[in-house]
Amino acid sequence: MEKYIFYILSAIIIVFALASVSSRKMLRSVIYLLFVLCGIAGIYFLIDYNFLAAIQLTVYAGGIVVLIIFSVLLVHHIEMELEMVKMPRKILTVLLCVLGLGVFLYTIYNNDFNVVENYITTNTSDIGTKLLSYDSGGFILPFEVISLLLLASMIGAIVIAKGRKLNDKNNG
Amino acid sequence: MIAGISIYEIFTVTSILFFIGIYGFITRKNLISVLISIELILNASVVNFVVINKYLYPDMLQGVIFSIFIIAVAAAETALAVSIIINLYRQISSVEVKDTEIMKY
Repeated sequence: MEKYIFYILSAIIIVFALASVSSRKMLRSVIYLLFVLCGIAGIYFLIDYNFLAAIQLTVYAGGIVVLIIFSVLLVHHIEMELEMVKMPRKILTVLLCVLGLGVFLYTIYNNDFNVVENYITTNTSDIGTKLLSYDSGGFILPFEVISLLLLASMIGAIVIAKGRKLNDKNNG
Repeated sequence: MIAGISIYEIFTVTSILFFIGIYGFITRKNLISVLISIELILNASVVNFVVINKYLYPDMLQGVIFSIFIIAVAAAETALAVSIIINLYRQISSVEVKDTEIMKY
């Protein structure tokens, strides 16, 4: 059962990712990205990382996609179609990507991973304890650094998006 | 782990997703589309972290925590990129890559 769900999810992910990079309408491309992100959240649910799936849904589907939609609406006319690159360059890129994919898959299939058979369920409190522990192997310092990074980038985003007005006083 | 699914199949899916992202990154000419492709690439790598954690080292949590960090960094990066794009549109009325030739003023 889970097997088929995984196949369906990966089909959804790949098809919508292709649609997302090849659609000529901007807003549709963002919505296809949303489908890809939801499919990835489904994979997280399948391998029993519920907390991560919830993060994926809230941060990506709820935050990032909404931000990108905002910027599309602020910047574009909805009906405008994107210009595409010329055909030879497209074919060259496809060839390069297929070549890279071949190298990746060759390496992956030639490596044997010693997979541990397990059906452990990780609950959220384990992740929380690990994030906030200051023993060896704990993640309290990166956690604090990431919160500072988020704060700094939010302030930076506000300052940049506000733009002209801050330094326009001198020019009148 | 997912019953009946080997680690190779998941890696195949994430590799394909990664290269779709790279294809979009190279061929799209619009800054927002480039941003979307970056999201695809980041997501593929996050899934890899999680899957390796689950299949090879199931009693550890490092992969999960690193993917939480990657998601946080992606959120910060998107917020900054969107604000830069909006500011750029205000200054040169375009978000095409080829029009973006000045970094300052």
